[in-house]
Amino acid sequence: MAAYLARRLIQAILILFGVSLVTFFLLFVLPADPARQLAGRSATIETVESIRHELGLDRPFHVQYLRYLGALASGDLGRSYQQKTNVSTLIAARLPATLLLMVGAIFCELLIGLTMGIAAALRRGRITDQLLMIVSFVAVSAPQFVVGVLLLYVFAVNLGWFPIGGYGSFAHLVLPALTLGILGAGWYARMMRSSMVDVLRQDYMRTAKAKGLKPGVVLAVHALPNAILPIIAMIGIDIGIFMSGIVVVESVFGWPGIGQLAWQAIQQIDIPIIMGVTLVSACAIIIGNLIADLIAPLIDPRIKLR
Amino acid sequence: MRNLMLATATAFALGVCAPAFAAGEIVITYKDDVSTLDPAIGYDWQNWSIIKSLFDGLMDYKPGTTELVPDLAESYEISEDGKTFTFKLRQGAKFTNGREVTAEDVKYSIERVLDPATQSPGAGFFGSIDTIEVVDPHTIRFNLNRPDATFLHVMAINFAHVVPKEAVEAAAGDFGHKPVGSGAYKVAEWTLGQRLVLEKNPDYWKPDTPKLDKITFEFGQEPNVALLRLQRGEVDVLGDGIPPAQFLEVKEDPQFAGQIVEGGQLHTGYVTMNVKTKPFDDVRVRRAVNMAINKDRIVRIINNRAVPANQPLPPSMPGYIKDLKGYPFDPEGAKKLLAEAGYADGIATELYVYNTDPNPRIAQAIQQDLAAIGINAEIKSLAQANVIAAGGDGSAPMIWSGGMAWIADFPDPSNFYGPILGCGGAVQGGWNWSWYCNEELDKLAAEADSITDPARAAEREKMWSEIYRKIVEDAPWAPVFNEQRFTMRSKRMGGDDSLYVDPVHIPVHYDAVTVNE
Repeated sequence: MAAYLARRLIQAILILFGVSLVTFFLLFVLPADPARQLAGRSATIETVESIRHELGLDRPFHVQYLRYLGALASGDLGRSYQQKTNVSTLIAARLPATLLLMVGAIFCELLIGLTMGIAAALRRGRITDQLLMIVSFVAVSAPQFVVGVLLLYVFAVNLGWFPIGGYGSFAHLVLPALTLGILGAGWYARMMRSSMVDVLRQDYMRTAKAKGLKPGVVLAVHALPNAILPIIAMIGIDIGIFMSGIVVVESVFGWPGIGQLAWQAIQQIDIPIIMGVTLVSACAIIIGNLIADLIAPLIDPRIKLR
Repeated sequence: MRNLMLATATAFALGVCAPAFAAGEIVITYKDDVSTLDPAIGYDWQNWSIIKSLFDGLMDYKPGTTELVPDLAESYEISEDGKTFTFKLRQGAKFTNGREVTAEDVKYSIERVLDPATQSPGAGFFGSIDTIEVVDPHTIRFNLNRPDATFLHVMAINFAHVVPKEAVEAAAGDFGHKPVGSGAYKVAEWTLGQRLVLEKNPDYWKPDTPKLDKITFEFGQEPNVALLRLQRGEVDVLGDGIPPAQFLEVKEDPQFAGQIVEGGQLHTGYVTMNVKTKPFDDVRVRRAVNMAINKDRIVRIINNRAVPANQPLPPSMPGYIKDLKGYPFDPEGAKKLLAEAGYADGIATELYVYNTDPNPRIAQAIQQDLAAIGINAEIKSLAQANVIAAGGDGSAPMIWSGGMAWIADFPDPSNFYGPILGCGGAVQGGWNWSWYCNEELDKLAAEADSITDPARAAEREKMWSEIYRKIVEDAPWAPVFNEQRFTMRSKRMGGDDSLYVDPVHIPVHYDAVTVNE
């Protein structure tokens, strides 16, 4: 186990290194000039050059990258060009909102996805099953931007059930969490259905029924735990999917998380923030995958960690 | 499950009710976060006016106008030769940390902007300053290297706002998030990315200012979401204005009558023509382009959110020539001019444009107009940085300025000349994309700007008008329109309309707006 974790750790470091190199390079070749952006339209050429020099942007790529890496090694994510504050402070201030949104999204996707999947499995082959699978298919393929705006329009603007964007109370969380979770819900509905169908066919189900248990008990005690467990193990992987979704969802709903921070940093070409958010997201994905891999053998003893 | 539903219901009850506003408290929304409140750094839409409300400069403008008035300065004196400006500071103006504002603070604040380590975008504004002298704690003198008629404007710009040294040092590099000033408001609460709350500075020296007790800024609000919230009574002013997509719908809706505010901007949208390259080295071709463009149609394309322009200066700028006819829309006359210039067979050229809406649509309209007189302009729709680069190295024959156009930093005609029409800007990496360099006009401009005596302001204004008249004759640009700003306020907001589209405290003059109750 210890050797396994050590190997995963080394892998993680290599992945982070690769992510940082690629991102840094893409930002370097970007046909946009952060110094000029920062200096604004009336700055003289001298001012732009002076800012470029102060930010170290007049050095060659490898010098800039090694400098960044050196600071990163000591845990320093650098300072924002625009806000003149440590990137770690800015990310820390926004991370709780993003985590809350993710927890909400996981809750939504499990609640909706599992319910749909179970219902479809129990009505296998009938019209309910087919309808639910169509719905799940739509959920998986609908662009989050569209879903978000649609939910906002129907439930916040027209019906007035929820606030129109923003942050602060439970009511604020519902729509963005639903938007972020709806894609996963579609996946879970399909997986839960096939997992459940699988379990319902098992011999122990017949045994349970044969020994006279009520159908509800059979379902709750024997079917559900066995069907749900392999699906729960997938949650770790969702984090990666969420990371790509938060930029859109947070922008639509004005949710003050790191997705919104990244979106604004991209518009301002604030390289240290873009790098910081990218690395934090990469870390989250790595951790999510690791958790998924560690849980898997606990659920299915046939899986071994190597 | 039932518990969850109960919790949801409770949250509705708590969170969704329209907030009951207290008198003197308002809510303003912005899409983007306010990145910094340091007057040496802040230079964007969200923070410009907030910084003006947190800090003071030696000079300011009468609310809603472009009229200069002393602010932290009580009075000022300009030497005969226009090279020495002496300001007398007001007694009793205090920073919100309790200390009095002194001449030493003024000196420190400007030197801080000039220090490269500060990375201030504003250093270039202080190019005329030679030395700064603290005469006594309430007197400061600027010795300039040339007479500079714009210096009073420069002393009103955010970069010249006064900061207390001890607070800058205590913030240890993070003054942008821990601002301390002498302005009408102070920061009461700030959650990064979410909200900023300003509260009235009870010790502010200006009587009856500010009019409000508290302003809450909410960030991350899409303009169309903000508009919906304003309709619901949750928001008082749209910081980003009325979103273009909803503009017509909102304007026609009687429900909003009296809530929409329209104002001019110190902005001009124009087409540059590179006078250094063929065929635009011939003034007849440049005039033909001016006559070919149907400006009224372009204004309609952007839903009448602008007025057609016939000269570089916008109408609200001093020096604007009211009686100027400009070039008429006359495709036939334009064709004749082209034939005279020897281009009867037509011209092939390129029109560069920033690739965000509505700019490509405007460029297409210009392309059609030019095609009608035989100029075949291929549209190069690129990222902003690429267009700026092509203008700065002279490789772009024509550029539509939309999305990158000049917006004046202060209301003075000189601000529209130097960097974008003068010889100083016609350099590699400069903003003078038509590469128009008329040394005679440069001389006239320098002469006009050396008239520092306020009593001769009208004379100076006239000189500037003449400079722009000459530029229109030489036609390095085809001015197209001046953008108007449209915003909306809730019914409870009071004060003159001009405060909501203030020409200097952009976008809103927070110190002067009021609530009717």
